[in-house]
Amino acid sequence: MKDNALFEFALRMGDTTLVLSQRLSAWCGHGPILEEDLALTNTALDLLGQARLWLSLAGEVEGAGRDEDALAYLRDAPAFRNPLLVERPNGNYADTMGRQFLFDVWHYFLLRELSASPDERVAGIAAKSLKEVTYHVRRSSDMVVRLGDGTPESHTKMQAAIDNLWPYTNELFQDDALDAAACEAGVGCHLGGLREAWMTQVREVLEEATLTVPDPDFPDYAAYTGGRQGRHTEALGYLLAEMQTLPRTYPGAKW
Amino acid sequence: MSSKEWPLWEVFIRSQHGLAHKHVGSLHATDAEMAINHARDVYTRRNEGLSIWVVRAADIVASSPSDKDPLFEPANSKVYRHPTFFPMPDEIKHM
Repeated sequence: MKDNALFEFALRMGDTTLVLSQRLSAWCGHGPILEEDLALTNTALDLLGQARLWLSLAGEVEGAGRDEDALAYLRDAPAFRNPLLVERPNGNYADTMGRQFLFDVWHYFLLRELSASPDERVAGIAAKSLKEVTYHVRRSSDMVVRLGDGTPESHTKMQAAIDNLWPYTNELFQDDALDAAACEAGVGCHLGGLREAWMTQVREVLEEATLTVPDPDFPDYAAYTGGRQGRHTEALGYLLAEMQTLPRTYPGAKW
Repeated sequence: MSSKEWPLWEVFIRSQHGLAHKHVGSLHATDAEMAINHARDVYTRRNEGLSIWVVRAADIVASSPSDKDPLFEPANSKVYRHPTFFPMPDEIKHM
């Protein structure tokens, strides 16, 4: 039971970081300025490194011969366990920064919990990731403030980004049976418990950015959840089709 | 992206084992905080450093190439100006 809980948990973490990394990679060479371009690519690579650690752990625990590559490149959308937020399209720069900010704050509090996990493999990956994510939060919060408190146009775009992404944040705090099992086994944590700290910090940054904080009790429509159970938005299929083309077309390709 | 809104910053990094900050390059940023963030992303991701200084390029005053002779030439012919006749004790490092 513990192994299964750890497998599912590591898969969720791996898919979340992998999908967001893939999204951010699409900005490479298209960032608004050179420095931002490099910064986003750095974040993408940090997340890819984390995805590799989580997926390797998942493969190892599963013991079915699937390595990180098999898990990343040879599964279809319904087998992916990331929350819907990270698969949302990049949109404009405010959309990307809004998504990053809402995710980073959650990721930060989650990793902080996980780095105290009694399972040392989980704690190890979390502690390593936490250093990177501490910087991600700092950067994305900074950009949200700059865009929100910038020109009238950047303010409008930043507000629209937050409003559009907001409904997807509910899912980040919904524990299902697998979370409960992972929590029980000491390899995960109670997601609902992260909500208050997340809300406090998100509210603080949005207010500094002169943005309106959306209704925290936004109705919890089913359409905005389900990613962690494998029910995704249309967006993920396109993302995977692009990401997986090469290894699926040329199995075992090396260079 | 006008250079008025995004001024140029010079970046100095002190490396892991380095004793002094060394100029590594420049970048554009709207203010000091962003310049530090950008410097971290652009110049320190391969373990290059542990301390970053950024300074607006406009605040740096450089010597003029045409002043080369009066500024740098005078001393070489006067050996008594160079303290090369003193033995240096081993305990004093990095001189």
